[in-house]
Amino acid sequence: MEITGGDNNSCNLQPDDEMVDETTKRLKRLGAEPAVIGEVTRTVAVGPLEKILNLGRANSFWPLGFGLACCAIEGLMGSNTARFDLSRFGYEVMRASPRQADVMLVCGTVTKKAAPFVVRLYEQMPDPKYVIAMGSCAISGGPFVDSYNVVPGVDQLIPVDVYLPGCPPRPDATIHAFMKLKEKILNPEVVKK
Amino acid sequence: MTVQTISEVKTEIIAKYPQIELSEAGHFFVPVSQLADIMLDLKVSFGFDFLTNLTAVDHVEHFNVVYNLSKTTGPEMLHIITKVDRNEPKVPSMVPIWGGAVWQERETYDLVGIIFTGHPNLKRILLDDNWEDHPLRRDFQWEGGRD
Repeated sequence: MEITGGDNNSCNLQPDDEMVDETTKRLKRLGAEPAVIGEVTRTVAVGPLEKILNLGRANSFWPLGFGLACCAIEGLMGSNTARFDLSRFGYEVMRASPRQADVMLVCGTVTKKAAPFVVRLYEQMPDPKYVIAMGSCAISGGPFVDSYNVVPGVDQLIPVDVYLPGCPPRPDATIHAFMKLKEKILNPEVVKK
Repeated sequence: MTVQTISEVKTEIIAKYPQIELSEAGHFFVPVSQLADIMLDLKVSFGFDFLTNLTAVDHVEHFNVVYNLSKTTGPEMLHIITKVDRNEPKVPSMVPIWGGAVWQERETYDLVGIIFTGHPNLKRILLDDNWEDHPLRRDFQWEGGRD
């Protein structure tokens, strides 16, 4: 099933949202006037805790500032520049420590020498954590797939949430990968299917 | 300071060490037995104080260990080549002369399998520590990679 996220820039508190429906229902049960219901649902939404947490997670990723190769220039540096400005979406807080990060962008070729510390960094990240495999090399080994020292795809080491193809992907493609990850987090029931 | 051209420097070196062979391309071929002494003298007497590059080439019958020397005080460069036996690829380490040789010699050991005697820490640098072979040797065979 295809994930449909609607307008990505809104905070998902649209009138048709189930959280708004739930709030309206509860206000009606309390006997509130329609004008009061309209006023309250603009600012307050009631929903399951997991859903509210997911809203927070999806709208404020803290990526691990971790570059293995040239993709880091596009994915971590280029997308943070003024032209693309990843901070518009709230994803700009690059963390130098995996213990404070929740998204790992695997930017570049994973060599067999680097594989142990890629896994180690992933394991040091607190749950919930997500991985974006950025570029051909991280997806499958890319042009180096037949090399004796390259891991053919980072998904051999750690679970990957979003595959972002390109060599390297443009910064706007990186932003798109973040948006896809956001959709994935906001729609856990779709992902489970 | 007297200015010498590189050919004058080379002539001077050949005059001092007649066992050095000068190839047509201008490379010095130095026997392994005298490599350490000659290299030290090139640094001390001739001022080649910077080891730009160190690598090795597999010529199937033998290995060539290649040293590129340069000066921080001038534009001259020297290319020193020494032949080593394929079955016993041992050359003296250049770490006591140029400290920067530490990682370059580890890399050459890692990829070609040259053993640098006297190196303080001769272990693999680029490949996994459990790796068995030396991948830049001509007889290296690799099957694998993609699934």
